[in-house]
Amino acid sequence: MTHFFFTLTLGLYGCATAAYLACLWRTSPSLTKWATRLLATGCIAHILSTIHMASRAKHLPLTNMQESLSFFSLMIVAAFLISERRYKVTTLGSFVTPVALLMLAVSSALHGEVRQLSPILQSNWFWIHALLAFISYAAFTIAFGVAVIYLIQRYFLKTKHFGALFQKLPPLDTLDEISYRCFAIGFPLLTVAIISGAIWSEKAMGSYWTWDPKQTWSLVTWIIYAVLLHGRLTIGWRGKRAAILSIIGFAVLLISFFGMKHSISW
Amino acid sequence: MNIIVIGLSHKTATVEIRERVAFSPNLIEKPLHDLIALDDIIEGVIISTCNRVEIYATTRDIAGGIARVKRFLADHHHIPLETLEPHLYCHHSEAAIRHVFRVASSLDSMVVGEPQILGQIKTSYGYAAEYKSSGIILNRFLHKAFSVAKRVRTETKIASSAVSVAFAAVELAKKVLGDLSDKTVMLVGAGEMCELAAKHFLNSGAKGVMVTNRTFERAERLAEEFGGEAVRFEELFDHLHRADIVLSSTGAPHIIIGPKDVEEVVKRRRFKPMFFIDIAVPRDIDQRVDDVESAYLFTVDDLQEIVQANLAQRGLEAQKAEEIVDKEIGQFFKWLSSLEVTPTIVALRNRFDEIRRTELEKSCANWKDLSPDTEKRLEALTAAIMNKLLHAPTTALKKAGQGGRVDLYVDALRQLFELEAATEEKEELDLEDE
Repeated sequence: MTHFFFTLTLGLYGCATAAYLACLWRTSPSLTKWATRLLATGCIAHILSTIHMASRAKHLPLTNMQESLSFFSLMIVAAFLISERRYKVTTLGSFVTPVALLMLAVSSALHGEVRQLSPILQSNWFWIHALLAFISYAAFTIAFGVAVIYLIQRYFLKTKHFGALFQKLPPLDTLDEISYRCFAIGFPLLTVAIISGAIWSEKAMGSYWTWDPKQTWSLVTWIIYAVLLHGRLTIGWRGKRAAILSIIGFAVLLISFFGMKHSISW
Repeated sequence: MNIIVIGLSHKTATVEIRERVAFSPNLIEKPLHDLIALDDIIEGVIISTCNRVEIYATTRDIAGGIARVKRFLADHHHIPLETLEPHLYCHHSEAAIRHVFRVASSLDSMVVGEPQILGQIKTSYGYAAEYKSSGIILNRFLHKAFSVAKRVRTETKIASSAVSVAFAAVELAKKVLGDLSDKTVMLVGAGEMCELAAKHFLNSGAKGVMVTNRTFERAERLAEEFGGEAVRFEELFDHLHRADIVLSSTGAPHIIIGPKDVEEVVKRRRFKPMFFIDIAVPRDIDQRVDDVESAYLFTVDDLQEIVQANLAQRGLEAQKAEEIVDKEIGQFFKWLSSLEVTPTIVALRNRFDEIRRTELEKSCANWKDLSPDTEKRLEALTAAIMNKLLHAPTTALKKAGQGGRVDLYVDALRQLFELEAATEEKEELDLEDE
């Protein structure tokens, strides 16, 4: 059953991604509508698949790379669907859905053996930590997509290229607002995730902070987004440098995410 | 007499070149006088808008006249002729008439059908009329151009859809600023295009307008019209940070807003994006402003890109307009040719002779006892009187034909003696008509 929903999700995400990418080249309201429908259906299948997985394992499916990637992907899709609904930014899908699809594809390629839950993961602090971390990651992924579009759109504006793509991409102001929203939501969640992670670390391993690669990279991620949000709130920092930093932040986030395999807890 | 047109436009020259050859309306008197002081240039009108600089002149020697006007353009702006020449187009006779009719009808505009050009030509012509550099031919010519433009506007749908540089500016602003409903517009200087753009922005929901101008009264008046706020020109940079959209079109010969100013302003705005449109030629805003983070500068040239998309749909209407222009050229050219000296003298003689013959025949018919000999004498006598009467004007006309404003005489003669072709219906002459 899990497998069925999982495959269905993968197929739907694939079609949705193709549709969103096609939206960059073709202007068609029905194509846009279908892209959203495919993705939303995929998202429902993904939720069902996740619930099924969770009910079988009796815990949230966040305990290994395969599960985590799938959950990360689900959070990204959900976050995008919310932003798309709110800001009417179809073209953001062309940049975000491929990321979600790629993660799900990698997840499906990994073999996920059902194994006994490691005793150190049996702590509520862990679940709080992991859940919040993934929601914040999803917010930062959206911010990453927005930053990429921002740089493209800014390039068009500065070099005065007003082609078809320029016409399709959202206004800079909208991008700026979405990105600010993402930081405003993502950063506090990441902060709580890191704190709860530290508490869990203390409970499971007797130390709040061990400077293992996972923790270190998480801290670097946190610092980057702290700088971004602080700059934004104090001097109104935005634009090219903010966009580049947001992209760097996402890259570091990915390192810390994939780096967790090397962490002692895994 | 020949009409010649020498000029450059957005189609042949970039804004960098155009702003170098632009004429400031405040300083137009001298160039106008210099222009008609050129050898064999009898009348002259200088049109200078942000998209084109054109000189209309009359001359007897087409090749020489064109060469002298070109030289004049280059010398006046201290540009080597070799640099300028590739950007210039020259027309004479029918082609010149067609060109001006098309320009006035907005068929040659960046945005075909945009209405500003007619007003701009009227203003430029107004200066020429005021400083008396235009004469009978160019007066007639431009009034004809205005009436052709009016016909094109009323008889075709060329200007019915609201596509213009101003509209393109609004579309572009939305791409940077998103929703315009909480955005403020700042007008720096008060050009027609600027005001039009401001109106477009307000129609698209912009929150408010600030106006600044060298003459504060002008700013106040305009601010009142828009329900906005007048700002003293010296205090521009104290208020600029409140503006999201800056429309600049002053007649200043130098840069008004530089990158350093904008950096300051943007900082005060906490890097909220600013949208600059520079309509002025020469430009008011330093190109480097575009390099400032959060500042986006666009010149008139940039707006063209946006506008391209709308051109295609206007093709059909433009075709109709071209047909109107074609018809009007024929009429005007007929009038122009009638101003030549020789045909006028011939026409004048014919007219006199015709009167003499009719009267003579009438009289001879009444005098029944007239001998053929007396009839011959009468014939000779009346012919002699006629020749004597015509001698002075003919000589004067021929002499005037060697130089000076012969068309004045010719036109007056044609009207006074009701010679054909000059009696074409009078064009309305008031400029305030539109």
